[in-house]
Amino acid sequence: MLSVDLLSNALVAGLLLGGFYAAVSIGLAISFGQLDIVNIAHPAFVVVGSYVAWILNSRFGLDPVLVGLLAAPLFFAAGVAIYRIYYAAFERTGQESLSGLAFFFGLMFIVEVGLMLAYGVDYRLVSAGYIGKSFNLGPVGLPLRLVVPFVAALALTGGIWLYLARTFTGRAILAVAQDPLALQLMGADPVRVKQFAFGLATATTALAGALLIVIGPVEPSVGREYIGRVFAIVVLGGMGSIGGMFVAALLLGIVESVVSTFAGPSWAPAVAFGVLLLTLALRPAGLFGRR
Amino acid sequence: MDHPRSFLRGWLASGLAALAVALASGSAQAAEPLKIGFSMALSGGLAGAGKAALIAMEIWKDDVNAKGGLLGRPVQFVYYDDATDPSKVPGIYTKLLDVDKVDLVVSSYGTNEISPAMPIVMRKKLVFPSLFGLAVNDQFNYDRYFQIMPAGPQPKLDWSKGFFELAKAQNPKPKTVAIVAADSDFALAAAAGARENAKKDGFNVVYDKTYPPSTTDFTPIVRAIQAEKPDLVYVASYPPDSVGMVKAAREVGLKAKMFGGGMVGLQFAGIQTNLGPMLDNIVNYTFWVPAPTLKFPGIDEFLKKYEAAAKGKGVDPLGQYLPPYAYAYMQVLGDSIEATKGLDQAKLAAYMHGHTFDTVVGKVKFGKNGEWAQSRVLMVQFRNVKPKDLDQFRDPGTQVVLYPPQWKSGKMVYPFNE
Repeated sequence: MLSVDLLSNALVAGLLLGGFYAAVSIGLAISFGQLDIVNIAHPAFVVVGSYVAWILNSRFGLDPVLVGLLAAPLFFAAGVAIYRIYYAAFERTGQESLSGLAFFFGLMFIVEVGLMLAYGVDYRLVSAGYIGKSFNLGPVGLPLRLVVPFVAALALTGGIWLYLARTFTGRAILAVAQDPLALQLMGADPVRVKQFAFGLATATTALAGALLIVIGPVEPSVGREYIGRVFAIVVLGGMGSIGGMFVAALLLGIVESVVSTFAGPSWAPAVAFGVLLLTLALRPAGLFGRR
Repeated sequence: MDHPRSFLRGWLASGLAALAVALASGSAQAAEPLKIGFSMALSGGLAGAGKAALIAMEIWKDDVNAKGGLLGRPVQFVYYDDATDPSKVPGIYTKLLDVDKVDLVVSSYGTNEISPAMPIVMRKKLVFPSLFGLAVNDQFNYDRYFQIMPAGPQPKLDWSKGFFELAKAQNPKPKTVAIVAADSDFALAAAAGARENAKKDGFNVVYDKTYPPSTTDFTPIVRAIQAEKPDLVYVASYPPDSVGMVKAAREVGLKAKMFGGGMVGLQFAGIQTNLGPMLDNIVNYTFWVPAPTLKFPGIDEFLKKYEAAAKGKGVDPLGQYLPPYAYAYMQVLGDSIEATKGLDQAKLAAYMHGHTFDTVVGKVKFGKNGEWAQSRVLMVQFRNVKPKDLDQFRDPGTQVVLYPPQWKSGKMVYPFNE
């Protein structure tokens, strides 16, 4: 039986979950969506973000989301370094398609094994005042464990969207995605722009990782659960569209939550990916993709 | 004169040398290691448990080797990481038996990793001590399978029996139950058993669904359960899902009278410490807690060694759930080898079937299907759990044993939200 209370709760839970998906996917929307770099290691970087949040939370009691923000510049620098290697080894020689994919696949394993060797395989969790608490708006319950990631994701997406749309570097990133040669003719260096963009994409994983560990326990290989989902969100939203990615993430979250509530959780991924296939059949470039 | 004397000396010397070579080769043969092979989840989702199990097994190996090994031979392990990937398991056991030529094999950790090894082990007619497989032998009926988890002769049913027995004893008796399980071998078997027990005990199942292992948010599931107003909620889940389910139940304010059952992960000290008071009144299965009724000979000494060995390795720091059983299944194998004085698989199997073993997890007696002859799935209830306090789980009282009656250490708080 369809209850209005249950439906409104399912919609809100889906919205909150979608916000979290957006935070995990936004870096990939830049690296894959705009730079055409198939960064399959993106979820593994997110897990590194989770471990940084866990270390500083368990040792110094710092709030995990704050840790995510503080660690972002370090992740930016790591992203820049990774892009330099990727460019020198693959992109410059035109081998980025298959060899580049293998590079990021290997990187994913190195990250996982590195975390395993350094911190073991036990599940890691963080403590924060808002975890396990919720408040009600009428009949709708809002768990803070999901509200905090949603608000953070909203701020992150809004900030990056504004940055890309309003700043010179942001527009250069959009330009390099469309026509790197034209950008070069304008006197800008596409490699430097891409390097900066990849750094930015990696910086977002620091915050996304912090949000992941706020929601649930993390172990070194948990990132693999998200590979399919984050690529699906970027493709569904439309390659290169940050706004599209956000809408796609919310859509996927809502579909999962509503299906889980009314038809059973085992149907949720099937229906969510069914929506992806249907959308791509009707709009091959995704919801807001450039043609 | 010199010539015969030097000949005699040379002859004597060569004789002594030959004797020395013979003795040396004899002792080398005696020192040939006894190789035990296995796959283990050392990476991937079950690695936390797999690595803890390996630590316990290494402690057993060191204990045995310190006493001179088995059959006068030092014990050596040959193992490979199955990465919590069942598809890797058959290849690993084939390599262990055909390339590494191990003398004996034992299982990896968990149902999903044990089942794929069974056809290979059965083909070679080897005894197969197994670690925490739920009802694996229901499909194979292998008479050399010996499973150390105390799930009892009917593992599927015995797994959740205590939960429903406790519910049945309440006055007024609860009427309805929701069953939710992860979409994987172990959880599906646990849910199937819960379904049967519910039917047998006259409970009406008002919600019965599975969820995919990739589920991130459990609040929609808990809300859907809440909408059906069940008296009992039986959950069969893996560690990350168990945490998600407990948090969602607290956030939603689940109103069930009993909540828990078959949640893996709530036995791990790291998760227990983090969840803290959120665990209060949950009734869940486990296999050992530091209750006065469960102080078996050797358990404290083993746990002390485990805690020291686990330090800094990123595994369960207390190791009360799986490690004692990982030590015990090696004890069963070791005792059987010593008693039968050899590696004859038929003799080992016959001994394991006919003998009661004294282990760190108490007396172990196997039934016909290789499961424990009598179930000892404990139902414990978390009580007055303090936040962020690992040490409280070393003491009795935080987890009260409610079932089976002979191991009971306290009374149940009912209903769950009291």
